[in-house]
Amino acid sequence: METDKIHRWHDMGGQPAGEINREEHDFALWEKRVDALQVLTSGKGYFTVDGLRRVLEDMGEEAFETMSYYERWVQSVNQNLLEAGVYTIAELAERMEQVQARGETYGECAGAGE
Amino acid sequence: MPHDHPDHSHDADGLSPSGHPYRPDQDHKLTRWQAMEIAMRELLVEKGIVTAAEITATVEQMDRRSPADGAKVVARAWIDPDFKARLLENGTEAIREMGIEPGVLKLIAVENTPDVHNVVVCTLCSCYPRNLLGLPPDWYKQRAYRSRVVKTPRKVLAEFGLELPEKVQVRVHDSTADMRYLVVPGRPEGTDGLDEAALAGLVSRDAMIGVATARHP
Repeated sequence: METDKIHRWHDMGGQPAGEINREEHDFALWEKRVDALQVLTSGKGYFTVDGLRRVLEDMGEEAFETMSYYERWVQSVNQNLLEAGVYTIAELAERMEQVQARGETYGECAGAGE
Repeated sequence: MPHDHPDHSHDADGLSPSGHPYRPDQDHKLTRWQAMEIAMRELLVEKGIVTAAEITATVEQMDRRSPADGAKVVARAWIDPDFKARLLENGTEAIREMGIEPGVLKLIAVENTPDVHNVVVCTLCSCYPRNLLGLPPDWYKQRAYRSRVVKTPRKVLAEFGLELPEKVQVRVHDSTADMRYLVVPGRPEGTDGLDEAALAGLVSRDAMIGVATARHP
């Protein structure tokens, strides 16, 4: 959507926009877990809300338009944890492969240790 | 808490107890982002950064929080003028007094009067008084509401079914990462005989965001 060039894309106040879609969803478990990991790790000082927002804002407008809220959040929390040195990108990649190899659905793949 | 939905019906199958469709979850094909969440969570637990119990407790706390918490604060303000004065003076301390943990964020309560109507937005992201209202509705986080409510608030409020007389001033409050707003709606007429719990039942989430008024009994 065309915006003036003074504002970054996320600074939406007063910009042209369409109708408000008032449909609502309850959050899925994986989304609540993303939220919980954000609350816990930022609460323990690994990053700040500013760090969370920086990554979300740098992701750009296309990400905002094409990905869901917690799809963007999981990436931002992850990026902040990587920057804080909590785990490495190699550790993450290896674990994601293992997770994906466990099965087809979230229920099957999230099962370990629960 | 019941509320109107123009876009979907509540009697369809596959809806949650609150009457909303679920997002795709357990039964759908694992997405890349779900895999990232699982991997991240497992690494954090293995490295001793967080415990599984903390994660579960945080999700449970999220589920417990609802607009009913905010509604209790509003009802108390309606029946107790001293509390209302404290709430408007220092929202953070006033909700702590009611046993609601305000966290690190500053809470600012704004009161609707016959002359002034308040409505809340976060134009930059999705800041929302979660400790009083639970997680925000989808529309609060979307472009259309964030962009338009600061420019044409009366039109946006009318789309929510709230037609305000011209003489009522509309104040739009833009949240920041460090503070949150709560709208204290006006107490409906004809509620003198109601107790605090019954009054709280008249206060919807949307009324505390400012896109609705309190219900009449």
